[in-house]
Amino acid sequence: MNIHEYQAKQILAKYGVVVPKGKIAFTPAEAEEASNELFREGNSVCVVKAQIHAGGRGKAGGVKLAKSREEAGAFAKELLGKVLVTHQTGPAGKEVKKVLIEEGCQIAKELYLGLVVDRATHRVVVMVSTEGGVEIEEVAARSPEKILKEFIDPAVGLIPFQARKLVFGLGLDKGLVNKAVKFMTGLYNAFVSSDCSMAEINPLVITKSGDIIALDAKMSFDDNSLFRHKDIEGMRDLDEEDPKEVAASRYNLNYVSLDGDIGCMVNGAGLAMATMDMIKLSGGSPANFLDVGGGANKEQVTAAFKIIMSDPNVKAMLVNIFGGIMRCDIIAEGIIAAAKDVGIKAPLVVRLQGTNVEQGRKLLADSGLNILTAERMDEAAEKAVAASKKA
Amino acid sequence: MSVLVDRDTRVICQGITGEQGTFHTRQMVAYGTKMVGGVTPGKGGAEVDGIPVFDTVEGAVKGTGANASVIYVPAPFAADAIMEAVDAGIGLVICITEGIPVLDMVKVRRFMEGKPSRLVGPNCPGVITPGQCKIGIMPGHIHKPGAVGVVSRSGTLTYEAVDQLTRLGLGQSTCVGIGGDPVNGTNFIDVLKLFQEDPGTEAIVMIGEIGGGAEEEAALYIRKNVTKPVVGYIAGVTAPKGKRMGHAGAIISGGKGTADEKMEAMAVAGVRVTRSTAEIGKTVMEALQRA
Repeated sequence: MNIHEYQAKQILAKYGVVVPKGKIAFTPAEAEEASNELFREGNSVCVVKAQIHAGGRGKAGGVKLAKSREEAGAFAKELLGKVLVTHQTGPAGKEVKKVLIEEGCQIAKELYLGLVVDRATHRVVVMVSTEGGVEIEEVAARSPEKILKEFIDPAVGLIPFQARKLVFGLGLDKGLVNKAVKFMTGLYNAFVSSDCSMAEINPLVITKSGDIIALDAKMSFDDNSLFRHKDIEGMRDLDEEDPKEVAASRYNLNYVSLDGDIGCMVNGAGLAMATMDMIKLSGGSPANFLDVGGGANKEQVTAAFKIIMSDPNVKAMLVNIFGGIMRCDIIAEGIIAAAKDVGIKAPLVVRLQGTNVEQGRKLLADSGLNILTAERMDEAAEKAVAASKKA
Repeated sequence: MSVLVDRDTRVICQGITGEQGTFHTRQMVAYGTKMVGGVTPGKGGAEVDGIPVFDTVEGAVKGTGANASVIYVPAPFAADAIMEAVDAGIGLVICITEGIPVLDMVKVRRFMEGKPSRLVGPNCPGVITPGQCKIGIMPGHIHKPGAVGVVSRSGTLTYEAVDQLTRLGLGQSTCVGIGGDPVNGTNFIDVLKLFQEDPGTEAIVMIGEIGGGAEEEAALYIRKNVTKPVVGYIAGVTAPKGKRMGHAGAIISGGKGTADEKMEAMAVAGVRVTRSTAEIGKTVMEALQRA
């Protein structure tokens, strides 16, 4: 799960990570008021930052410097309701519904600081680089030696010497060591206490007055841990998510929207990906990834059906089920009920294999519904692609 | 011959009194697996179909001489269950549970350091040596005893591959599901090593998916150490960058871990890579005929 920058900064502040003073605004009037407070406190500039779940906002014109409350209000008015297109939003872009009004700062140096779980070592890794403000993937590809790493033993956490190694490695002024250690320790504690999957401060700024501050902050969380973080779950912003993915998640379906025209419904994530790949191999393009899970019930199958059939891009639908513990006859009953309920608006290809496959196929054949069937996966994909091209 | 499990493996089920635990214990018993006990804290002294239930794994090991455990405990408590099994000295711990928080698994891996237990999973279908021992949730009837070793990150996709093998008359020595999570126990290399050393395994099927670098590392290992024919398949060619494809580990991040990169690494290592899911079985048949 992803959250907004302003929410990440709220969490980080609780762990002693220094963030700029700021306030979220939903209207130009709120933005003016928030900026007025900052100007009254002696700031000469404030920053108006569009809050969307995507990076690259600066380049897309989503971050503005204001020198007066009127200017802050005008920028907020310009940004709110605007659709921002960045390299991470896709061509459709994302509508800005709130802006963060923040104090400005005098930047002396921009650095990168990020934490992720490293699969190879099974540990949280803290990464720093002097190349702040740019895409860290580019740095990793171009000059990996510019990224310094420390792997953290979960039994003891981030040890100050590890933070110091990173600080000295970055070539920072000696006077900054203690502040930097405190900053990194706070970030690590925030990461593990809130079950992050990624936390990134880019840029991490050294100010001209010698402070270390998180100018931007990005945090994402392990969905599997949300059961123990109701506060974080409450920060979910459904406006930022695909409505079909939101609908699917209500039924515990794993759904990801794609840009093709063949809807897929499969049991198991690996088989679902393999089904998408077979469609591509047969000259088609999948409209989605959808895993109904190993123990799918009739309600889930019906919900999955509705989501796929309601997608205007879908020109054909492919159901691929390998019955394991789940029996094919039960799946077939679910498909028939769903098809009768929702209607078959696009050609439907069903491929069943595994436990009780004969009974399942018979049920489909006897249903009187217009269902194309297939025995092999390649055959199923070819039929779905052919049907989509006819439509 | 086989790897990891055989007809003498003595298995306990952690979470045996839960719905999943009871259902799959019955399925495993029906397959012929030696289910010797179960564990549910607070239900010690009870029985499930005559199988004794213990309060602790330590008690179950003492009472039954178990050397393997299968875990169906719900995700919030599963890391605890794995560590309890490891602490009790269980040699093979197989965790089926899906949805364990990643940082819980980071702690589990730290706890296991220096201890002799092997963990398979979590979020996996389990391990089966056809005709001898089934530990997990896979449908036993699609398997057939034989000489093809299967290792995979996925569940139903593995069944698909096994089904193709069985239809072609190619039985399996052992099938190992290592699971789809980013932090897990046994990895591809561990299982490849076991298959290479197993005289009963003549060919290996390796099924990977997008995300991480495990398949690339396995490819390097195969190049240097595996002399038996290996057939490879990677799911997720069409998966877009940055979108998680169901499994917690199946995500292309930072442009790394794409299916094409993995297939390329495997092909360079001499693995027979098929891009068609439907041709995994056929490719194994060809590999065996040429070997």
